[in-house]
Amino acid sequence: MPNPTHRAERVSAPEGSVAFEADVLVIGGGPAGTWAAVSAAERGARVVLADKGFCGTSGATAAAGTGVWYIDPDPALREVAMANREKMGGYLQDRRWMTRVLDSTYQHSNRLADWGYPYPVDGRGTSQRNSLQGPEYMRMMRKRTKQAGVTILDHSPALELLVDDDGAVAGASGVRRQKQDRWTVRAKAVVLATGGCAFLSKTLGSNVLTGDGYLMAAEVGAEFSSMEFSNPYAISPAFGSVTKTLFYGWASFTYDDGSVVPGAASKGGRSAIARALLEGPVYARLDKADDDVRHHMRVSQPNFFLPFDRTGIDPFKDRFPVTLRLEGTVRGTGGLRIVDDSCATSVPGLYAAGDAATRELICGGFTGGGSHNAAWAMSSGAWAGQGAADYAAQVGPAAKRKLSSAGAVAFRSRPGRAFAPAALTRAVQAEVFPYELNYFREASRLQGALGRLDAAWRDVSEADAADRSEIVRAREAAAMLATARWMYRSALARQESRGMHRRDDFPDQDSRQRHYVTTGGLDEIWTSARPHAEASYAEAAE
Amino acid sequence: MIEVVDGERCTSCDICVNVCPTNVFDKTDGIPVIARQGDCQTCFLCELYCPEDALYVSPFADQAQPIDIVALKQTDSMGSYRRAVGWTDETSDRRSVDRSYLLFGH
Repeated sequence: MPNPTHRAERVSAPEGSVAFEADVLVIGGGPAGTWAAVSAAERGARVVLADKGFCGTSGATAAAGTGVWYIDPDPALREVAMANREKMGGYLQDRRWMTRVLDSTYQHSNRLADWGYPYPVDGRGTSQRNSLQGPEYMRMMRKRTKQAGVTILDHSPALELLVDDDGAVAGASGVRRQKQDRWTVRAKAVVLATGGCAFLSKTLGSNVLTGDGYLMAAEVGAEFSSMEFSNPYAISPAFGSVTKTLFYGWASFTYDDGSVVPGAASKGGRSAIARALLEGPVYARLDKADDDVRHHMRVSQPNFFLPFDRTGIDPFKDRFPVTLRLEGTVRGTGGLRIVDDSCATSVPGLYAAGDAATRELICGGFTGGGSHNAAWAMSSGAWAGQGAADYAAQVGPAAKRKLSSAGAVAFRSRPGRAFAPAALTRAVQAEVFPYELNYFREASRLQGALGRLDAAWRDVSEADAADRSEIVRAREAAAMLATARWMYRSALARQESRGMHRRDDFPDQDSRQRHYVTTGGLDEIWTSARPHAEASYAEAAE
Repeated sequence: MIEVVDGERCTSCDICVNVCPTNVFDKTDGIPVIARQGDCQTCFLCELYCPEDALYVSPFADQAQPIDIVALKQTDSMGSYRRAVGWTDETSDRRSVDRSYLLFGH
């Protein structure tokens, strides 16, 4: 059992609020956040974890099944695992990071087995560890987080970070939405594990992922990287929410009249589906799955079948309409820029893990789904938790620091108009959902969207503070708006096609642009190019 | 979206209020109510956590659907997800039957 002195301490607070003193505050309770919390606690830190929803069901993993980039430590297997995605990712990965993520994922998966995760055993008696069932995994992670002595605040969306006089991050505050009060955690370091941003597209489990951490981080000056890699779309039944791209590998895709959509495929042919959807409905049927595959699908991902079983559709025999739902930076690779091996961001005291952080280091400009992201969540979560705990150990007593709140948009009282979060959310969605804007990018269309998004930002910057009952939605809407602007500014800066970023006006990959695009800012968005480690070595050698 | 909290089966344990990641339910003096249906993301997790199989999530993510509860209860839909993933005593062997490893790499 954890030493009780290593629990975060509840301290007195004004009426209508609760306050805690901790060494490390983790914001977000998905896989990255729970691994961060457990790892920080194991380093002796007093930890609070605040989740917007419920730690255990929140986030993209809990609702789904996910592959895990788990590779046995055989040098030949590891080499293949690293090499076979480099081309797809546009050669922006970093071999050193891939190696340490593979090592870390192997260790953490084996810990899950030790903790009793029910990994399946194959016909030869080997435990298979390259897939996790989301509900089972996250239920276990919640339990382990509690057992590690972490104080969990559920239904407690964070709204803004706290900073000290030197600009170092020193906690956060938010609301407890089921108790109608506020929370404040004074901490010596903060880990953002708030996930990516999927713009409330209802892609499975992602509606809690509205880029909240990005906004809070930008308000303290953090930088982002690879935000142009933010436009994957997942296939789902047109009426439903369950996205499971892997299974559509056994699908055929047809137009309304039953003729085949040329080139359409789940892998390597999704743009053909997007183009066809611009013209009219597209239908899928999983008719390439034989009886064995059908059985494996059903036992491996039962929720995939709920939309079908509950509407009387046999997905192996019947055609059903499909759509593409935007996954944004949840399965894109952009996020907070990582500056060292402990997953520190560019701001002192602030760490990033999971989809809140860039995954460019292991994915480059493309992810095909959960596998790499799941590996990254475990690895970066553990590193960020340890890094934050070590940083906290060097910071003096928290009580002596004078802290201020960093939140700006939706908090400032203005004589102007009321903040209207629902309308703002729809306006942002109208710029990021359309395939002709985001899937297929082109300079004048991106500039048009950016003009409207920038105008919306000026508008909300001048709006009055959001009403208490609307503050969470207002901050979510502002976060989505800011995210869309970093995405499209970065997309304009990358004048080529690479990874998932496709430019109609620059259809080819340009070897001179094998670099990362960094971005940041709120009122004014900036971008700059950062060299890829190997590309700069190669140049130095010439 | 969530459509049904069945008053016959519900024991007012409020687990659904706690576990819903998008805070769709509200506690009451009696059984929980669906207070913010439009916030439901159709993730089916409330169904999975409901020990009484008292909840039903319609697969339609964007539109509310009228549900005939009497007819629904004559099907095996309520609790079907929980049984399928092995979160009932009778089906717990299904927790370890993930065959994804046979599907990857297709």
